[in-house]
Amino acid sequence: MHAAIVFLPLVGAIAAGLFGRWIGDKWAPIINSVLLIASAILSWIVFFDVGVEGHVRTVYLMNWIDVGAFEVNWSIMVDQVTAVMLVVVTTVSAVVHVYSIGYMSHDPHRPRFFAYLSLFTFAMLMLVTADNFVQMFFGWEGVGVCSYLLIGFWYKRPSANAAAIKAFVVNRVGDFGFALGIMGVFMVFKAVSFEAVFDATPDVAGQSFNFLGMNLDIMTTLCLLLFVGAMGKSAQMPLHTWLPDAMEGPTPVSALIHAATMVTAGVFMVVRLSPMFEYAPDALMVVAFIGATTCFFAATVGICQNDIKRVIAYSTCSQLGYMFFACGVGAYPVAIFHLFTHAFFKALLFLGSGAVIHGVQDEQDMRRMGGLWKKMPITYAYMWIGSLALAGVPIFAGYWSKDLIIESAFVSSSPMGGYAFWLGVGAAFLTALYSWRLIFMTFHGRTRMSEHDFDHVHEAPKVMWMPLLVLAAGAVGGGILFVNLFTGHGGHEFFGHSILMLGENVIELAHEETPFWVKAMVLVIVAAGIATAYVCYMWKHQLPGLIASMFRPVYKFLLNKWYFDELYDWIFVRPAMRLGKGLWKAVDVSVIDGLGPDGVASATLDIARRAKALQSGYLYHYAFAMLIGVAVIVSWFLFRVWG
Amino acid sequence: MTDWLLSLAIFLPLVGAVFIITIRNEDKAVVANNARLTALWCSLIVLVIVIAIWVMFDPSTAEFQFVERRAWIPAYGIQYYIGIDGISLFLVVLSAVLTPVCILCSWEAIQHRVKEYMIAFLVMEGLMIGVFCALDFVLFYLFFEAMLIPMFLIIGVWGGQRRIYSAFKFFLYTLVGSVLLLVAMLTMYFTAGTTSIPELMDYGFPVEMQRWLWLAMFASFAVKVPMWPFHTWLPDAHVEAPTAGSVILAGVLLKMGGYGFLRFSLPMLPDATVYFTPLIYTLSIIAIIYTSLVALVQEDMKKLIAYSSVAHMGFVTLGVFALNQQGIEGGIYTMLSHGIVSAALFLCVGVVYDRIHTRLIARYGGLVNRMPVYAFIFMVFMLASVGLPGTSGFVGEFLVFIGLFQDNTWVAFLATTGIILGATYMLWLYRRVVFGELVHEDLKSILDVNRRELAYFVPLILIVLIMGVWPDPFLNVMHASVENLVAQVQPAIDMAHAAGN
Repeated sequence: MHAAIVFLPLVGAIAAGLFGRWIGDKWAPIINSVLLIASAILSWIVFFDVGVEGHVRTVYLMNWIDVGAFEVNWSIMVDQVTAVMLVVVTTVSAVVHVYSIGYMSHDPHRPRFFAYLSLFTFAMLMLVTADNFVQMFFGWEGVGVCSYLLIGFWYKRPSANAAAIKAFVVNRVGDFGFALGIMGVFMVFKAVSFEAVFDATPDVAGQSFNFLGMNLDIMTTLCLLLFVGAMGKSAQMPLHTWLPDAMEGPTPVSALIHAATMVTAGVFMVVRLSPMFEYAPDALMVVAFIGATTCFFAATVGICQNDIKRVIAYSTCSQLGYMFFACGVGAYPVAIFHLFTHAFFKALLFLGSGAVIHGVQDEQDMRRMGGLWKKMPITYAYMWIGSLALAGVPIFAGYWSKDLIIESAFVSSSPMGGYAFWLGVGAAFLTALYSWRLIFMTFHGRTRMSEHDFDHVHEAPKVMWMPLLVLAAGAVGGGILFVNLFTGHGGHEFFGHSILMLGENVIELAHEETPFWVKAMVLVIVAAGIATAYVCYMWKHQLPGLIASMFRPVYKFLLNKWYFDELYDWIFVRPAMRLGKGLWKAVDVSVIDGLGPDGVASATLDIARRAKALQSGYLYHYAFAMLIGVAVIVSWFLFRVWG
Repeated sequence: MTDWLLSLAIFLPLVGAVFIITIRNEDKAVVANNARLTALWCSLIVLVIVIAIWVMFDPSTAEFQFVERRAWIPAYGIQYYIGIDGISLFLVVLSAVLTPVCILCSWEAIQHRVKEYMIAFLVMEGLMIGVFCALDFVLFYLFFEAMLIPMFLIIGVWGGQRRIYSAFKFFLYTLVGSVLLLVAMLTMYFTAGTTSIPELMDYGFPVEMQRWLWLAMFASFAVKVPMWPFHTWLPDAHVEAPTAGSVILAGVLLKMGGYGFLRFSLPMLPDATVYFTPLIYTLSIIAIIYTSLVALVQEDMKKLIAYSSVAHMGFVTLGVFALNQQGIEGGIYTMLSHGIVSAALFLCVGVVYDRIHTRLIARYGGLVNRMPVYAFIFMVFMLASVGLPGTSGFVGEFLVFIGLFQDNTWVAFLATTGIILGATYMLWLYRRVVFGELVHEDLKSILDVNRRELAYFVPLILIVLIMGVWPDPFLNVMHASVENLVAQVQPAIDMAHAAGN
């Protein structure tokens, strides 16, 4: 059964990818969707088997790489953390598959699209079921490639191609750290399976080793290297630049890969490696710092974007920041809990915005929308549910998980706790602001579309809105139903040995010791965010423009996403190209070839000409040459014998 | 009992070549076709023989197997002495796999002097297998040098416009190396009194002499690899060579450098090897970073892939000189993987070159619109080239990194930057050639890959995937031989460490 969950999507990918021509445009999507639904049902069964009954198990498939002490297997390990990931991945994937039957119904390359989606799901499942670092890396890069293929799915668009390459290369920067981390793990532990490494970690904690000529603490260094990988995949600053561009892909892709699953792989990694991170408090501080910073930064950018998908993309970036600082303060179960709820409501928001885009003939700019709610009431309702959950309004899913993160940061004794807490609170305000800004700009007010276009706006077809019911249910009830299961008793009961938490349990502390004013303040802040959005976008329409012109530099700074792209272009891209050209023309062609083959060829001619002149015919010339020759030979021998 | 099998694999292609010489007919087309068919069948039979050897190979021992030993020039003790171990086996397999591929991909592309062309390839196959089987230095040298002749002819006769320049550049570079290798061989012979490779491995040359011998051999092998800064012949040779020439050049010829290090430098000159490891590390790191940057700005597809080969071979030399089990096996595995992948990438270029007759990247774009199957094939090899896990490229590269990290973290760190740079230039190439709108007029009627092309691409894809997911059948065979090699070098490493402390 465990193997079926992982391999059913692969079967679908192969069927649609290689035999799509014979299966046909109509059947390939259906076959893949059915396989995914089967995989999702099995996942839920396994979830209860593992989560409630506690049947943790590892299925060995075959050995992969086996050289000396370096032994790597293909296997499927399902413990509690994996079980949560399994249901998240397969459920959202199944929904996205069914939704895509409708969304992509006019696309001529449907089999290819579904092949990529299923292949992605397979890679993601390999990632979460890995029992060693290398298989995890396999899934890690596998999802990266599928993401690359899907971002560039509309290959005729130059912008989509550029975004796809950017996503892959920026992720490779992260993978560079991840790969070094694995090498380091192997050097220190002589093993790469999680079990062996985690068992040996306490013995290694506190020791130091030589890395790049410096004497560094082993666990801190390894954890930070691995975390670089997590930063790349989960779009954390400063490796976040690919995620907003990734919105070039079809919207179902954004929902599945760039909101619910792949981008959460970094969070999953840190949680999975909690037995290592717990022994590296300095690394955890970095995790908390990066997470909190990204959480706030992305939210500030989110309030200035006009592309409906980019708003949600920055929101994702920001929410991932929450998850990371939850890990950073030691509240891993809460991070997973937020990952779980976020998957539902963020996928709902993306698919809802996809329905909007689909309904308004592929327009994505919110400045050219407005007043849509009457035309698409179901989508409108979905967007409300998603936003309520995202902003953390009580009852809805996000409320339970996000507040617990903020509270955990508050009670935590981590030096980064205060920093994370205040930025988290600030981001909560911004989240509410940009969420309702999106709703108001899209659905309310007088429409800014042309009359002709507005008449053609239509509600999403059944095949699109029906599957979203699943996500909407998750966005409403995912928090209240699972909060006790995941975080009751500090999360220990459910997660068992799959998560290690040393020292004080921040979740229990958060449950017990959070003062009332913190809980109240968060709610007030959220309400203030919604109110601000109402004032700016429903009531005083001129206000946003006024603020923007008053704080022009700040606005431009935010609008241009803190100028990260320009900075990278200036530091890395241009110099690399210039250097490449310089090395090729100046060194390869001029120096090496000039002195080497071309030089030898012309020198040979030259010497031949001179040699001709040597044949002078004068006896004393020859005698002189012989004398020099003898001197050279004799001195060479002297040096050899006595030197 | 099976001692004649290797000889059969070496000489059967030569017999086939002689057979082709005898083909005569009034009709030129008939002659050409018969030559092609003879060459193809001959190379396929060799492939079957080589696979049989692989199946019968005993992976539990580091001893040379399928050994055949006959007196050749008894006055000097020089023998016809061949055999293989876990290090050379797969290079023989690689040669035997790529030759039929070469013949198939030249089926229609070569219309001029077909008979001679097929003869050249068969002769080359025999010599390539000979190089990897030879256990006598003189025999090795003979095969090693003789290989240059058919390759020189293939570039010079069937090459592009600047073929004469390229062929001479190629010849000049390799010749310099060869002369120094000859000097090294003679010195070894006069010192040890034998040219038998296994005996030379056990001889133990004085440390001072080892260094000179090592440098002389280095000159030859570094040119073949090619290592920076001896690499500039490669882009030119590739650009001018016909597709099949590039396949052999990238697939097998470059491996002779790495093989030379493994067969001669490491076991025979262990102290010098340890002494010069920093040199190899430096040059390899420069190769990886430098050629990746240069590859980024290339305008010619073949040149780009040629530069990427230099970078990949940088991983090979790094792995080999990490001098531990993971590094060396990773290096060998990378050689095999690169042999298949870069050969396949050159074949991908060949497919469109046969149709449009240009290699300029700017002249393509949007091929996926007309050639979806081609786009898929190219994608697989592109991803294998960037070392995606699940393809052959990953296993080798990652083992190299694992091996390196244990020896020197700085080198591992710098080498790993190659995975970022490699992804950049390959994805950028792919995007410019395959993705986008189809704008150039002459591409609008371009045809997708045909059955003949599929016949060689499909097996290569399968090899790449199997090697990526289930490397055991390959690695398993190497273990004993590589362990033995590490054991031969280990005393020198320990001594250097002791001296260092």
